[in-house]
Amino acid sequence: MKSKLAAAPYLIWMAVFTIVPLGLVFYYGLTDQDGNFSIDNLSRMGMYTNIFFRSIWLAVIATVVCLIIAYPLAFILSRMDTHKQGTMLLLVMLPMWMNFLLRTYAWMTLLETNGVINKILGFVGLGPFEMINTQGAIVLGMVYNYVPFMILPLYSVMTKIDNSVIEAAQDLGSNSRQVLMKVIIPLSKPGIMTGITMVFVPSVSTFIISRMLGGGSNMLIGDLIEQQILGTSYNLNLGASISIVLMIFIFMIMAVMNQFDDEEMEGMII
Amino acid sequence: MENNNGTIISLKDIVVEFDGERILKSINLDIKDKEFVTLLGPSGCGKTTTLRIIGGFLNADSGDVYFGGERINDVPPHKRNVNTVFQRYALFPHLNVYDNIAFGLKLKKMPANEIKTKVKEMLKLVNLEGYERRSITKLSGGQHQRVAIARALINQPKVLLLDEPLGALDLKLRKEMQVELKRIQQSLEITFIYVTHDQEEALTMSDTVVVMKDGNIMQVGTPVDIYNEPVNAFVADFIGESNIISGMMRRDFLVEFAGKEFECVDRGFDRNEIVDVVIRPEDIEIVPTIQGQLEGVVESVIFKGVHYEMVIDTLDFKWLVHSTKCEEVGTNVGMRVAPMDIHIMHKTTEE
Repeated sequence: MKSKLAAAPYLIWMAVFTIVPLGLVFYYGLTDQDGNFSIDNLSRMGMYTNIFFRSIWLAVIATVVCLIIAYPLAFILSRMDTHKQGTMLLLVMLPMWMNFLLRTYAWMTLLETNGVINKILGFVGLGPFEMINTQGAIVLGMVYNYVPFMILPLYSVMTKIDNSVIEAAQDLGSNSRQVLMKVIIPLSKPGIMTGITMVFVPSVSTFIISRMLGGGSNMLIGDLIEQQILGTSYNLNLGASISIVLMIFIFMIMAVMNQFDDEEMEGMII
Repeated sequence: MENNNGTIISLKDIVVEFDGERILKSINLDIKDKEFVTLLGPSGCGKTTTLRIIGGFLNADSGDVYFGGERINDVPPHKRNVNTVFQRYALFPHLNVYDNIAFGLKLKKMPANEIKTKVKEMLKLVNLEGYERRSITKLSGGQHQRVAIARALINQPKVLLLDEPLGALDLKLRKEMQVELKRIQQSLEITFIYVTHDQEEALTMSDTVVVMKDGNIMQVGTPVDIYNEPVNAFVADFIGESNIISGMMRRDFLVEFAGKEFECVDRGFDRNEIVDVVIRPEDIEIVPTIQGQLEGVVESVIFKGVHYEMVIDTLDFKWLVHSTKCEEVGTNVGMRVAPMDIHIMHKTTEE
């Protein structure tokens, strides 16, 4: 009984700020501007297929790049001396303490056609390259902002992999690649899953990164939704409809992901 | 592959340092094929380090490791014909019992039906038949132990390394596993190198015991040799209980300690050399005071099951005595020691 009482604040919070808004999103998404039930907005989704695909595609690339960068780093981190691990983790987290907008603005000035990077390249006779307002810049922004969310869950899972388990694999005849494929990756799977979720979801729904680094021609779902709610083409009902579709997409992708993660993963060290 | 004298593993002048501290100080050791060898010593003596050198998990700062006459310093662990049972088992938590045991064979790309028969054989060997599909997380400590042994042995190593494998088990299970390990070693006819700090375990199972201290090997010998003829007071004290008293070698076969002269069977010491005299508590016989070589007062008596453990005070020394007869606390008793039970050792100068 006591534990139920302790959960009450969160349950109330969840009811007021999660379930009710979610209901409102569905209400607006499934009605027209006069408040009558309608799926017109949902059926208009076909118009935005490009934007949906672009958003998902860029988010997938950003997630894969994050995984490739974060995986070896997290492993090396987890094998370091404990006191060095603290310092390194601090370095990973440090950028996150700075304002998100500020970090992304910094990339704008770096990537601009007459920005810092092109100027430096100019000195050695290269460029200028067109870096800002490209899809590459958007992916860069996503990776830069969200890579800590990949590193941290991977790291926390990997610290639980006992060194002797790795030695046992070597002892039984595994070379480095086999140790990685047969022991380290299977044992770090929960971290991989969490990391992918934590990078993919914010990437697929971002609107700041795409607007600041992607220019006008690389609109993502986030931008589209924002336009309906705050922007020029004010249409709450359409915005809500797009949100619903995006939510369904994310839900489906996560469901597929979880298929890989259905085995029991209790107790990392025996 | 093997040398004529049957040596399978040879360590030559192995030195290991961590942060400038010498963990192993020039270890030389030959291990014979098909032998049960125990590395015995207190924690920090370098016994696990020695095992890791043989397994290939650690490189010596200097010195050579030979396997069947071949130098294997630079051979990585996965290419050595040696398998290890780790201290905390190190089983793979994401695999079930079958897949844990089959791990090594799958790497060798052995056909699945062959693997199946071999795993079955192994499970039978370690008394875990029918456990194939069990999750590792649902096994007891003793069962973990058996899976770890099966997983290592299925690769048919020439040498099995065991790093304090019974340390985490309770006393009864430990005794059972001791007998079982010895049985497995004898039936498979392979070399076991076993690390422990438990002297009783070492004496029970081994063909050869290697006593280590502070990165040095103190003594190598059969359990009987080590127990009866310890080379120094450290070994004597570590292997079983002992009375160690300072004495002086008067001449060959005559030693003086506790203010009396005793006949003994040792010779070859300098005249009047200060020596350590070691007498096992069970070698002291309690007799009436008139017949005793030494005389003392019973200070305490503890019942130990098969014998009484008594402390007898002779003013200059407190003797530990094991006897099946109980003496009252406070009585005067005499003590006798046979010449062959008096062990004379050079004083160890270090430390």
